[in-house]
Amino acid sequence: MILELREVSFRYPGAPRAALEGVSLGLGPGEFVAVLGPNGSGKTTLVRVALGAVRPMAGSVLVAGRPVHTWTPRALARIVAVVPQREEQAFPLRVRDAVLLGRYPHLSPWARAGQGDYRAAARALAAVDAEDLADRWIDTLSGGEYQRVRLARALAQEPRLLVLDEPTVSLDLRHEMELFERARRLAGVGGPGVLLITHHVNLAARFADRVLVLHRGHSVGQGRPADVLTRERVARVFEWPVAIAPFEGAPQIVPLRTRESSG
Amino acid sequence: MLAVLAVAALASGVAIGPASIPWGELLASPIVRELRLPRTLLAFIVGGSLASAGTGLQGLLRNPLADPFLLGLSGGASLGAVLAIALGWGGPWSLPVAAFAGALVAMALVYRLGLVAGGALDPRIMLLAGVAVGAFAAAVTTAIVSLAEATQLRNAFLWLWGGLSGASWQTLGVMALYVPIPVAVLAAAARPLDLLALGEEPARYLGADVERVKRRVYLAASLLTAAAVAVSGVIGFVGLVVPHLGRLVWGHRHRVLLPAAFVGGGTLLTFADTLARTAVAPRELPVGIVTALVGVPVFALLLRRWTAA
Repeated sequence: MILELREVSFRYPGAPRAALEGVSLGLGPGEFVAVLGPNGSGKTTLVRVALGAVRPMAGSVLVAGRPVHTWTPRALARIVAVVPQREEQAFPLRVRDAVLLGRYPHLSPWARAGQGDYRAAARALAAVDAEDLADRWIDTLSGGEYQRVRLARALAQEPRLLVLDEPTVSLDLRHEMELFERARRLAGVGGPGVLLITHHVNLAARFADRVLVLHRGHSVGQGRPADVLTRERVARVFEWPVAIAPFEGAPQIVPLRTRESSG
Repeated sequence: MLAVLAVAALASGVAIGPASIPWGELLASPIVRELRLPRTLLAFIVGGSLASAGTGLQGLLRNPLADPFLLGLSGGASLGAVLAIALGWGGPWSLPVAAFAGALVAMALVYRLGLVAGGALDPRIMLLAGVAVGAFAAAVTTAIVSLAEATQLRNAFLWLWGGLSGASWQTLGVMALYVPIPVAVLAAAARPLDLLALGEEPARYLGADVERVKRRVYLAASLLTAAAVAVSGVIGFVGLVVPHLGRLVWGHRHRVLLPAAFVGGGTLLTFADTLARTAVAPRELPVGIVTALVGVPVFALLLRRWTAA
């Protein structure tokens, strides 16, 4: 197991209810796991707890077999790479330098980036088909290009686990599909495990090996998409009536219009 | 290019002055050895310190408009200095020590106020705290100045606008020993500062020890600024304009930017001090006035660029 959450609970100070309540999750090498849930269901909190950004009030988090808070940030960043939901661009860099930031956990404080680091950055750019963007300034990229570059930065960390937190929120259909396909290709034998946070039930159902469904901080189902994503469960979690039908072996949901559902 | 400018600045600082000395006799002249040389070198170190501190604070606050005096340090230092002058302790050693102490008090206050739950430093709260501490110190400073006698008033006024006329080999020696330490701390934080530009949580996920970086950068930048203020008064705009120019020319990678800012800041202040010494010779302009006269138009241009983009 690269990542293991055992009965994890967390409540933000002053919040009326827990953001996570007794959630467990295991993720092995090369596995692609999607965490599904509506806004506010605890998905991003799960990422923050899993990465040691906040300490759970109960339960434990293990990364590569060790409690997450016993890793230094540098050592942790050599194992887990994150494409965060949001980040700033206070001081924009060229794409090649932005990707090279991913080598930080591998560099000693005074050393220059070496041949190995430049090669890793170049490989990462190639893996997302963004070699042609290398000399561009990152604040001039389109939404799709920007996400590819951020994915490349994470890959330059050469992680064993890749965490993607709502990576396709601002992307159109083509770029969204490209990103899911790319993440799916990356996971697998020899590649990193992928933990994908999303509210796209249909894409998660088609791409993920396993899904974890969160509802108000509780895990309400975990396993193969075909077993977990039943009509009742999806309707209850997303608080909207849905129809469901298989497509290429994966359950696909169609949200219903309210008038039809009331009849 | 920058190196050439730096050498030119240092050479002009030594060669040009109110007393004209032939080129051939420069090195033999006591004016050059005892006055111009230490003063020129001190100007370079002070300018470099202010520009480095500004670069570090901009990175820490993720704000390109931050400068070394934004966080209330100049207020604290001014209060210390004016207090010393009013109490008749305005000697060549007691005045810098009082200014330094004032800056340290302001630094400690802002640091303490900027600590939020869990011992984390919140840059936004530090900014507010810095402005508040600065405003309070300015009020007390003005109260003291308004009660002071005429000569004290003039001394205090000149100090508040900065000047390097107190330069000597001793002050230069103290600075040459002191400055490399915080500069090295900033240099070691160069890569984490690049990460911090993405925000604190993304920086952490890339392996930066965010709280340690923020603490070190804040303390190093403040200690540099406090020392600069102590030996030369409040010299504005070097710490704001030089890092900004550096960012336009060399980009935002702090490993390149920090050394460039040090040399650039040193160059600018050396030129400015030469101008301050010679423009109205035999009298002297406070060098802070020269940097402001150059700095404000440059800053206005940068603002235009910034808002136009």
